[in-house]
Amino acid sequence: MTNASHNDVHKDDLHVSLRGATKVFRRADDGSEVHALGPVDLDLKRGEFFAVVGPSGCGKSTLLEVLAGLSTVTAGTVTFEGKPISGEVPDGVGVVFQEDACFPWMTVADNIAFGLRQAGAAEGEIRARVEGALALMGLNAFAASYPAQLSGGMRQRVCIARTLVLQPRLILLDEPFGALDQQTRLLMGEELLRLWRETGATIFLITHALDEAAMLADRIGVMSARPGRLLEIVETGWPETRDSTIVEKPEFGHVTARLWQWLRAESMKSVGRMDRP
Amino acid sequence: MSTARLNLIGPLVLGVVLIVAWQMTYWAIGDIALRSPWQTLRFSAELLARPSFWPHLVETGKAFAAALAIAALLGLAIGLLLGLGKLAGDVFEPMLIALYSIPKVTLYPILLLSFGLGVSAKIAFGALHGFIPVALFTINAVRNIKPIYFKASRVMKLSRWATISKIVFPAAMPEIFTGFRIGFSLTMIGTVLGEMFASQRGLGYLLMNAIGLHNVDIIMAITLMLVVFAAIVSSALLAIDRRLHKRF
Ligand SMILES: Nc1ncnc2c1ncn2[C@@H]1O[C@H](COP(=O)(O)OP(=O)(O)OP(=O)(O)O)[C@@H](O)[C@H]1O
Ligand SMILES: [Mg+2]
Repeated sequence: MTNASHNDVHKDDLHVSLRGATKVFRRADDGSEVHALGPVDLDLKRGEFFAVVGPSGCGKSTLLEVLAGLSTVTAGTVTFEGKPISGEVPDGVGVVFQEDACFPWMTVADNIAFGLRQAGAAEGEIRARVEGALALMGLNAFAASYPAQLSGGMRQRVCIARTLVLQPRLILLDEPFGALDQQTRLLMGEELLRLWRETGATIFLITHALDEAAMLADRIGVMSARPGRLLEIVETGWPETRDSTIVEKPEFGHVTARLWQWLRAESMKSVGRMDRP
Repeated sequence: MSTARLNLIGPLVLGVVLIVAWQMTYWAIGDIALRSPWQTLRFSAELLARPSFWPHLVETGKAFAAALAIAALLGLAIGLLLGLGKLAGDVFEPMLIALYSIPKVTLYPILLLSFGLGVSAKIAFGALHGFIPVALFTINAVRNIKPIYFKASRVMKLSRWATISKIVFPAAMPEIFTGFRIGFSLTMIGTVLGEMFASQRGLGYLLMNAIGLHNVDIIMAITLMLVVFAAIVSSALLAIDRRLHKRF
């Protein structure tokens, strides 16, 4: 990959850092407050693969938007590459949203090329990168299609491709494989791992699938029910060159079991049931 | 292929029904107030062959084109402004709706006073009819744009202007076009009405003149031309409108 900083030696240096990050939403209509997130303390090392799991509505997307600079914290600090983030998305950050963010008025190829065009890249460079991304996401045959002609899972792949072509140093993904079937999800997971190894990017992945988190990540943050805090960080200890066959290992079972231990009580809270003593 | 054929059958049937009804009304009422479809068609051809007729047609065509361009641009500008600015939208949208619902004729004296009797008054009158639907549809379209598109635009660091031209405008385009389609018909009504009340040239003027002279031939011929033109363009606009909406 072209970005030299990716392959630099500072594998262990600090890439992203949250200190006491808190988000309280104030509703415009009645002025009531929703404490959605935090306080959260978290350090991501450059080039690490970090996954987040947590009960639904616990503030995962809020955490991602704070990291992306799309949303400002109401307390605490967020730093990316040593500089505080405030209200603006820093250079080198790419986001794949939970919702379908494909532009329906553009073809798949134009969607993927859009960010590069806006950034003023040369046409030849754009074509090469878009072709690469189409191939990577298995979308070659659909380059000239419009998003309305694709399935939800394919549209999500377009969104992933659109982010990847910009070669971000920090990639934030919000349940990117949620709309995919299990087999495709595993394969996409492998692609993501390959990409991560090749680019050296830092990856922050939100998922509701424990096995997906356990298979992909170096570390997994378990969030509490709202307001979302980090209850525990589980280290997987996988080697860098891993793929989906890791699910056969007994350690894989241990990791998912630990995640479930932490999540079980929290999930019950979030669906409105008390955990029995 | 088969749907394209189906799309043609509807209008054809409607056309035949209208012509038959017209012919029967003619038989019932007679020559004093009406002409038959065939007579009207023949007289229209005759009218179009007269060199003295063309300046009127051109005059109306130019006024209508100018009015439509103003209605589209003004409506779009107002719509984007009010759609993007929440406060401005809340204040001005009810005023637009009020303006939409009053008969514009009541405003015509004011327009005449400010623009005089010439071509600009009828352009203004045409545009006055047409810009409101464009503006109202644009406001709604802009407000209904999925917030996720704005987030994507922020992640890709689009400038404010790029966000409007590359995201807001295309995302709202199908709805804006619907507004334009309605604005087209209303602008045409407004322009011809404007010519009828105060003008020395144009189809509206000829029509008013013919009414005064009880020249049924001219009345019928000009009405036919206006209706056929409006019907053809409206169907074309509707077809484009449907295509635009299909992708969303
Ligand atoms: N703009 C907002 N205004 C008010 N409340 C909000 C806003 N955005 C999110 N919230 C609230 O914050 C809480 C956390 O939302 P968030 O979307 O971060 O959860 P999540 O963990 O991503 O949920 P899911 O698993 O369903 O994606 C929710 O209770 C939500 O209602
Ligand atoms: Mg979410």
